[in-house]
Amino acid sequence: MSSTTTDIPAPAKTETQEDVLKPQKSNLGLLRPDHKKNFIVDLLTTVDHKKIGIMYGLIAMFFLVVGGIEALIIRAQLAVPENDLISAQRYNQLFTMHGTTMIFLAVMPLNAAFFNFLVPLQIGARDVAFPRINSFSLWTFVAGALVLNFSWLVQAFYELGWFVASDTSVAAGKTDFVPAIGWFGYAPQTSTQFTGIGTDFWIFGLQILGISSLSASMNFVSTIINMRAPGMKMMRLPVFTWMTLIVSLLIIFAFPAITIALGQLMFDRMFGTSFFNVADGGQPILWQHLFWIFGHPEVYILVLPAMGIVSEVLPTFSKKPLFGYSIVVFSGAVIGFLGFAVWSHHMFTTGLGKVATAAFSLLTMAIAVPTGVKIFNWIGTIWGGRVRFAAPMIFSVGFIWMFMMGGFSGIMHSAAPADSQQQDSYFVIAHFHYVAIGGILLASVSAIYFWLPKMIGKMWTGRLNIWVAIITTVGLNVTFFPMHFLGLIGMPRRTHTYLSGFGWETYNMICTIGAFILAFGILLFIVDIVLCVTKGKPAGDDPWDARTLEWATSSPPKFYNFARTPVVAARDALWEHKHGPENRKITYVEEDSHGIHMPSQSWMPLFAALGFIPLGIGAALMQAGVPFMGYITILGIVIIALGVALWALEGPGGYHFHPEEEAT
Amino acid sequence: MSAEAQNHDSHHGMMIDNKKLFMWLFLGSDCMFFGTMISTHLIYRKLYPDSFDPTTLFSLELTSFSTFILLMSSFLMALAVSAMHKGDMKGFRRNTIGVIFFGLIFLGCQVYEFTEFAHKDLTLSSGTFGSTFYMLTGTHGVHVAIGVFWLTCMYFYSFTGKMDPHESAVDVEVAGLYWHFVDIVWIIIFTAIYLIEFV
Repeated sequence: MSSTTTDIPAPAKTETQEDVLKPQKSNLGLLRPDHKKNFIVDLLTTVDHKKIGIMYGLIAMFFLVVGGIEALIIRAQLAVPENDLISAQRYNQLFTMHGTTMIFLAVMPLNAAFFNFLVPLQIGARDVAFPRINSFSLWTFVAGALVLNFSWLVQAFYELGWFVASDTSVAAGKTDFVPAIGWFGYAPQTSTQFTGIGTDFWIFGLQILGISSLSASMNFVSTIINMRAPGMKMMRLPVFTWMTLIVSLLIIFAFPAITIALGQLMFDRMFGTSFFNVADGGQPILWQHLFWIFGHPEVYILVLPAMGIVSEVLPTFSKKPLFGYSIVVFSGAVIGFLGFAVWSHHMFTTGLGKVATAAFSLLTMAIAVPTGVKIFNWIGTIWGGRVRFAAPMIFSVGFIWMFMMGGFSGIMHSAAPADSQQQDSYFVIAHFHYVAIGGILLASVSAIYFWLPKMIGKMWTGRLNIWVAIITTVGLNVTFFPMHFLGLIGMPRRTHTYLSGFGWETYNMICTIGAFILAFGILLFIVDIVLCVTKGKPAGDDPWDARTLEWATSSPPKFYNFARTPVVAARDALWEHKHGPENRKITYVEEDSHGIHMPSQSWMPLFAALGFIPLGIGAALMQAGVPFMGYITILGIVIIALGVALWALEGPGGYHFHPEEEAT
Repeated sequence: MSAEAQNHDSHHGMMIDNKKLFMWLFLGSDCMFFGTMISTHLIYRKLYPDSFDPTTLFSLELTSFSTFILLMSSFLMALAVSAMHKGDMKGFRRNTIGVIFFGLIFLGCQVYEFTEFAHKDLTLSSGTFGSTFYMLTGTHGVHVAIGVFWLTCMYFYSFTGKMDPHESAVDVEVAGLYWHFVDIVWIIIFTAIYLIEFV
């Protein structure tokens, strides 16, 4: 089997470590950015999955705060009837950007952070299969986030009078430079007839984020299938790694639908095609189908990692193996598979016809089965265990409860007649925020409490985490529980303001108060993280008495992960190593003269990814008639092409490292 | 198998090279790309059966010829991969230049076809048929163009002496996978977009 590694002769053992660590020249004759002491250069060029993971996490936390602030403004606007805190246009922009930001810039990268940091460690690998593509995914994500949020800058410039667009659509009053179409951008509202270039920023931002997600997913599937340590059979993989695999496959097969839908929309807006143009026979319903063929698997793309996290945390703090490992894995796969067969339950009110509606109703109900199986398995895991209510456990138990609340209202939606009453009301908002905050956010917080000591090597201080748990859970329930009632008494979602006298005032006020409580809880959580980073005591390799391979190495793990590749003899490898019989202990591959093959760092992924910024911003501004933007767009394409070409030509590089020789 | 005998980059895999696996995953994704576009085309075709009669426009002779050329290019691609595996650098270059040449003929046919159709008033903005037809065949054309560019790079790279059969066979094979896939997609497009109109 050929690989990228063998073109570098292994250095003789007699060579000193300094010689090995000298920066090499790439095939282009340029110095590779290896082993630079410069911190910034190191971050920009790193191919280390752990650093990339942490960067993903930090950026995700930043956008979590941004999306949260957008939500708080929305709630402040809705606190009282006939409020005029913000204009209707700004309101539309805020709820669009809130949804888009939370899904694509907060939750997905937060999941990507854990995928990156944990998966190679959990499977006993040195790194992901394609370290440079991993770096490319990170920077492409950053480029997409910048393109999407650049629209705020354009809007601000326009309102300050610094940006004068010559386009007729602006003259006709389409002054929305920030997406204002809802996170699912239904046609025909997205046509040039109704919306300004905010929609173009949305198209290009999402398209770029899709490239990032796709390349990252292909990388993770390759990693999980090919890079497992000896003995790490598929059915010995930690459940979190299993969920990563399933989520990656979902992304690979679901994202093309939205990529094409966005492409069609882009063609409609730029070249006058008629995919969604009603006047020329285009069918806006096509957009709904294509969007939800992506959009429903996306829901599982967001939530399956949370299920993986909980499946790791509960056994650790119950001191029991996961109850029914195989069926939990199988249920995850079934959820992923069925996720492709239920998209039309978002469209029950569009008049699909009786058969289609009944079929999608049934399939939606069927998804509750594997989800219920998982819930019972988690409860079975805790049952009879020696439960320790450490911070990760508190949030994971909270996840089960809160996620179930979201699940129950989900089941209500699966009945088409009930759904047609709840469609586009606050009931739906309540449902998916219980899933998103009660489910995904609580699990992510649990994961941060669980794995941050591994990531930075420091242990949590004090018990602020109890207050975080209480305040976020109270805040979440105070915010979203009344929304069930609001929806049932008829308040539609995406309402800029409302009249008094419908009985909505009290509920809305409670929701707004709850939102600020929730925000305070998140703030406390960030304080707790800062305390941990600044004042935490050394965590040790295995502070939680955990079960999986990532806890078998140092905290934080060395850049090479494992000095010698572990040989796995059982599921829950570390637990069996600590407490199991002799024949299930982890052994290590014999040291050979090669040492550890490490990949070289590279500028090229960053270079190629940065090309997406002029491409996206240029193409969007071109639509507003800003001069020379066509050239900027072409410049972006040239940068990407040049980056990829130089990337291919520079060669993979790499060096061999002998951990024993490192001075410690 | 002892751990030492394995490549230290992939310890336990399905014994499929990382690069090849990545390409397979990309092709799986690409199937969904083309699937979405072909469905869009067929849906609008079924919805508006009489809005446009492409049989007056399509030249089956020309498109059959270019389909045949693309099929033959796949054959040459297979020969190029096989030559690389055997370390026959000359054979690799000869067959690769053949693939590039055939790919360019296909692209030339497509450009000619598009110009013809545009002259006969089928454009991107002339209703749903024009939109779906040009977007689908155009995206396929871009795939062919990328493949031609890729193979051209590889052809010239083979003269630098940095390609050797042991190391580069998998790279050629990955390019080959891509090329065969683009070819297979064309067979589906040819059937579902062109041939079906003459039934």
